[in-house]
Amino acid sequence: MKLTEHEEAVLAGEMGVPRQRALQHQIKVGRFFDAADLVEIAHVHIMADTESLGEAGVAFLEEIAAYPEADRRTLVPTVTDPRGADFNAYKRLKQQEDWIGLERRTIDAFQALDVLMTDTCINYQIVIPPVLGEHVAFGDTGSSIYTNSVLGARTNFEGGPSALAAALTGRTPRYGFHLDACRRGTAHFVLADRPRDWADWGAAGGIIGREMSSYWHVPVIDGVEGAPTSDELKHFGAALASFGSTPLFHMVGVTPEAPTLQSVFDGAAPEPMRITRADIDAFYESYRPADDTLDVVVFAAPQLSLFELQKLGHLLDGRKVHAKTTLLAATAPDIKKSADRMGITGKIEAAGGVLLEGVCFYQMHAREIGEANGWRRLMSNSAKIVNILGGYGYEPMLAPMEQCVESAVAGRIV
Amino acid sequence: MADTIIKGHVGIGPTVSGPALVAHDNFSARYDLDRIAGVFSRPGHKLFGESYLGKVLVLNIAKGGVATAWMLHEMADRDRAPLALLLNYANPIMAQGAAHADFPLIDRFESDITAVIRNGDRVTVDPAAGTVTVHDVG
Repeated sequence: MKLTEHEEAVLAGEMGVPRQRALQHQIKVGRFFDAADLVEIAHVHIMADTESLGEAGVAFLEEIAAYPEADRRTLVPTVTDPRGADFNAYKRLKQQEDWIGLERRTIDAFQALDVLMTDTCINYQIVIPPVLGEHVAFGDTGSSIYTNSVLGARTNFEGGPSALAAALTGRTPRYGFHLDACRRGTAHFVLADRPRDWADWGAAGGIIGREMSSYWHVPVIDGVEGAPTSDELKHFGAALASFGSTPLFHMVGVTPEAPTLQSVFDGAAPEPMRITRADIDAFYESYRPADDTLDVVVFAAPQLSLFELQKLGHLLDGRKVHAKTTLLAATAPDIKKSADRMGITGKIEAAGGVLLEGVCFYQMHAREIGEANGWRRLMSNSAKIVNILGGYGYEPMLAPMEQCVESAVAGRIV
Repeated sequence: MADTIIKGHVGIGPTVSGPALVAHDNFSARYDLDRIAGVFSRPGHKLFGESYLGKVLVLNIAKGGVATAWMLHEMADRDRAPLALLLNYANPIMAQGAAHADFPLIDRFESDITAVIRNGDRVTVDPAAGTVTVHDVG
């Protein structure tokens, strides 16, 4: 890889050990993907929940945090993905005390690195949305795909160690979706029937994601008349990234790099795969359980925006969640404060729901809290969470928000 | 029969040898594994219920989210990581996780790696050379 004079100095240790180690890490990754050089970035989003970090990861962060401030401070604004525990709710969820200890140590280490504790996966909606053509280093697949696709900024999936390295060096290896050549369409889909709500958009994303055969595939979606909302594209992208493990889609006439179908393909567009209402219905059907038992209803992954919370508040207003069922919703701390102030939290909690802040359900030891609380049958309007939790011992079911709420109130799937 | 050498892209991590555990399915540490028990836990995965400990995992494509980037290091720290990972196509998360954990990873082989290596084959993974040697135990 070609390094600048500054990068050679960093590599030689002249800017301290943390930045030297960060650049060594980036060179290993860059060589793996044949990166020619590094690209400067101005914004990092770091995923580092304690379930993934474990003791080893937390100790790694603490080791960096112990260096002098000049050596350890992040060089560009760095925001965090959801944490593994909400300190106000962890006892209610039966999370273990040792996880809470790890969580506190992680927060201390991050703060020593001058990381901004936003604790959100919807940073592109509520913190600072990157702009067209901006190079960034974002973790969380949902945040990355929205940023690449809807905003037209440029990032690869940056896992925690690489996002941290980018924060310490202010650059990232120039490979993958930082390059024009990687951002061209490779597959063509037509959404023949417009999805009706957030769960539908997630289902559509899941259907397309299942067709993706590797990280390097770029689906182009045609047939969408009129712009979907930010929350609709959020669910669509999060599901696509979760099922497909791909970080970019183009939606013709909607996303900024796809004004026309021809503009995103080199040569003629391939024959499209049509996605109809029947396909979306079949996607729901693939998660339909054998009986109507229901243990827990979860609204998360991605965290809820203020608009989604407003709707949830309306649906729960004056209702009561059944004693046999738990209803959880997760949002960012800043949105939680707004929801508190606007009376939305009150409606959710008066109905017996729990509004969690700064966490996401699958990043908070979902397997263990499921076992501790006897949760097996789970309902959500998030296709992403339904995809993840199958591997965590749950029987997840996808349904629109209204059906999830009605089921939570009835104490069984309705 | 002599040993067979299969060429891939230059990888990450040290040279290791061990038995192969092979499936044409995809791979994510968060989505597919019980990382405490050291087994595949995702129903529907061809290796569901199989222990991956001490095995060179041979799978198709890296899938899932970003968590694996931390998890390989965390799993290795608790002796709950596989021995190495061979994929037809890795993604940045697997490469970043391997770089962070100094974990052996190779991808982009000259042919479908899940078809060339059989379950139980003894293999040596040399990431610096980007090669896998399938040993003839005849």
